[in-house]
Amino acid sequence: MASLVGSRVERKEDKRFLTGKGRYTADINLANQTYAIFVRSPHARASIKKLNIDKALKSSGVVSILTGKEIADDKIGGLIAGWAIRSEDGTEMKCPGNPPLAKDNVNFVGDPVAVVIAESLAEAKEAAEKVEVDYKVLKAVTSTADAMNGDTIHEGIDKNLCFDWLLGDRQKVKEAFDKADKVISIDIINNRLIPNAMEPRACVADYNAASEEITLYTTSQNPHLSRLIMSAFGNVAPEHKLRVVAPDVGGGFGSKINVYNEDIVCSWAAKKINRAIKWVAERSESFLTDIHGRDHVTHAELAVTKDGKFLGFKNETIANLGAYARVFGTVTPTYLFGPCATGVYEIPAAYTNVKAVYTNTAPVDAYRGAGRPEATYTIERLVEKASMELGIDKTELRIKNFPTAFPFKQTLVHTVDSGDYVAGMEKAKQMADYKGFEARRKESEAKGKLRGIGVTSYFEACGIAPSAAVMSLGCGVGLWESAEVRFNPTGQVTVYTGSHSHGQSHQTTFAQIAADELGVPIENIDIVHGDTDKGTFGMGTYGSRSLAVGGIAIVNACKKIVEKGKRVTAKMLEANPEDVEFKDGEFIVSKSNKKKTIGEVAFACYLPGVRDEMKSPLPEGDEPGLKETSFYDPSNFSFPAGTHIAEVEIDPETGHVKLEKYTACDDFGRIINPMVVEGQVHGGLAQGIGQALYENAEYDETGQLMTGSYMDYTMPRADNFPEFNIGYTCTHATTNPLGVKGCGEAGAIAAPPTVMNAVIDALGGQEVTMPATAEKVWKACKNLKKSNAKAA
Amino acid sequence: MGKISLEVNGRKFEKEAPDNTLLSTFLREHLQLTGTHIGCDTSQCGACVVHVDGNSLKSCTALAADVNGSKVTTIEGLETNGKMHPMQEAFKKLHGLQCGFCTPGMVMSAVDLLQKNKKPSDTEIRDWLEGNICRCTGYQNIVAAVKEASTKM
Repeated sequence: MASLVGSRVERKEDKRFLTGKGRYTADINLANQTYAIFVRSPHARASIKKLNIDKALKSSGVVSILTGKEIADDKIGGLIAGWAIRSEDGTEMKCPGNPPLAKDNVNFVGDPVAVVIAESLAEAKEAAEKVEVDYKVLKAVTSTADAMNGDTIHEGIDKNLCFDWLLGDRQKVKEAFDKADKVISIDIINNRLIPNAMEPRACVADYNAASEEITLYTTSQNPHLSRLIMSAFGNVAPEHKLRVVAPDVGGGFGSKINVYNEDIVCSWAAKKINRAIKWVAERSESFLTDIHGRDHVTHAELAVTKDGKFLGFKNETIANLGAYARVFGTVTPTYLFGPCATGVYEIPAAYTNVKAVYTNTAPVDAYRGAGRPEATYTIERLVEKASMELGIDKTELRIKNFPTAFPFKQTLVHTVDSGDYVAGMEKAKQMADYKGFEARRKESEAKGKLRGIGVTSYFEACGIAPSAAVMSLGCGVGLWESAEVRFNPTGQVTVYTGSHSHGQSHQTTFAQIAADELGVPIENIDIVHGDTDKGTFGMGTYGSRSLAVGGIAIVNACKKIVEKGKRVTAKMLEANPEDVEFKDGEFIVSKSNKKKTIGEVAFACYLPGVRDEMKSPLPEGDEPGLKETSFYDPSNFSFPAGTHIAEVEIDPETGHVKLEKYTACDDFGRIINPMVVEGQVHGGLAQGIGQALYENAEYDETGQLMTGSYMDYTMPRADNFPEFNIGYTCTHATTNPLGVKGCGEAGAIAAPPTVMNAVIDALGGQEVTMPATAEKVWKACKNLKKSNAKAA
Repeated sequence: MGKISLEVNGRKFEKEAPDNTLLSTFLREHLQLTGTHIGCDTSQCGACVVHVDGNSLKSCTALAADVNGSKVTTIEGLETNGKMHPMQEAFKKLHGLQCGFCTPGMVMSAVDLLQKNKKPSDTEIRDWLEGNICRCTGYQNIVAAVKEASTKM
């Protein structure tokens, strides 16, 4: 039987999506449901003097209006930060309370203060307009760079500082810098982004008074984790009385990791009114209240010798957390950022210092790449600048500082098990025709255009898991993953995973893995996820962990099935279990023609009876049935890496940047389904290029979001991209049995510096901030003209 | 309230609906055709594209009353006798979708492109799809799928 792992298998999930039969949360309607509309703060920072619902209550169709007072009275808990980060001085991070409905203070535009529940959506909207809130407006803090000098947002949190964190050794870095021939320094901004999954957040909460169970359908990347948080911290219901279902989810990119205010409020309220409640975000609500991403202000320095060896690295960053610290809010700018900031280089001394600040803006949390795009942008912009200042070819300078052997003990935290960075670089150069660039630059010049080339070599730490590691770094839970494989009596297999697909193709790739492990046709395998009533538990999908953690749990559970199958076969065929081999779905007694198919063995496992000459196939100690579970906790992260090369052409008359070529050469270890991986790369690149050239979330000084719709926030469109040229090198991960590494975030991690390095190359080394809009680039082109004229 | 008569996917419907009911709402809430998706509130994303009398239309830009008496095709009506349309087949074959949320609008829009331009170039495809936002695919495989479908239609 040919192996399915490695094949371009078409997706099992596609038909329902292509024929309109997907079932997203907003498609769910329950009998007798009500509709919720949230009353949100129009101010970035204010205290609530008075909240009057009398008029609204009289509005037609209103079922209930609940406010921060009721939620406090019912002791419903607030939203939480999932990682406890300690400051350099050893003190614990400082987090404000974040009630699901604000009672006393609001801290960003969109912070909810009340929920209006009515018989119809129109009636809920009308009544919400009649809720009167008297605010005392306070001065908002919105700037990342100046947040520490602003008014104190949360009582008791001085300088709006959540933590002042250090990774690395300042003294060693000082010594390294003292020895340097040259110090390259850079000031950069990692622009704030809005994830914008195409499906707006939504939830439908239902209460069953007979079983006293709440069911919440919600747009979540991790239903089990959501249930845990809602139960343990939200106090909504005990876990066994709370079912969380994340059905088809239309993209996440990190924005659907968090338990949100609406999840808690609707679940709690459904029980209170004993009716189902449906809430669907309008896109403008998504812009205001989904978590945002990035938003760093960084000063970084690289100490180098004159022949280009890196000696030391400093990184001083202010990271904006927004109004509250959420689930991955505090780890994103620390452990997901700092360790990767030294990039793919051997740098003997390094430190990263992060001051995480609160502002009156939407909470900032993990968005595709989470910390690693910011890290890669920092080091790769620095290295590119170093190559310009040292006059060393940008690819040679990188190769000179690549690790020479693996495992590579990276400067700050990680031990990278496998990789071949030189091979990746060489292949990328070939794919991009790096040698031919100068000729292309001349061609562009002849047309009056500026052409630039940019390179990025990256690695990232993903497959976010090892419980021992993450818990020692402050994570509130272990990040293992579970799988349960049920072999049905009539031969089909149902695999339950705690991981979740919202575009990642689990139904196909996980089935490919199980099909290979069990020798069962892929058509007979179903992957089930997204429902806390189906499957044991799970941590969900983020940090490119589905395959490298969740996929391995499936492999391990399948292996247990095979082990039991061997014992049963031995009993059935009166052989030694050690003599039974398993191959392509058959258990074969070696050196004999005796065999059983896995289907026959499974069937036998369910029929352990004894009658006439029929004997039980179950060896002593084995229970009937064929179902196995695995909780897999890897020993390390996985470390994809690669080199990307971009070429841009700029029209100096308009400042328009045209991305002419984009080459990505990645090492994701073993690839399960090349078609799916290609899709993940394309999508990551689009978001990374979006950050570099188009996207930016901007607040004004009063805390109003200036980019709160698709008319104002530039979402990349089909005509913004060239055809991507993608390729791979392959070194297997040594820390998991499939040899796989994550692929979901690489594009978003590598693309921003790659594109910006190309833009800045075209502009003769002039710094431009992301996104490199026509206006900024046009101004830089004018400066370039001036300085060229002077030089002439 | 007014009476809305539409032929949707070959079936005639007559329903009472408030005058301000958008076509997208009418399809989703009154006819339970939830394949048509709502991704924004400014008619930018294109997840709600359907065909009205043969032409693609963002169904959130029209009142149901505006198109009273029309023939509407939604994503649910694109199959014939249980067989997917060549555009649907091409999207599947070339991985033109991931989360599936923008897909119905994307497919309906692409089908209309091929009605109007049988052999579009890559640039023409990318230009045509300017009104459909996808956050997952980076568009490359969507463009390839439309191209592939153009050889089959």
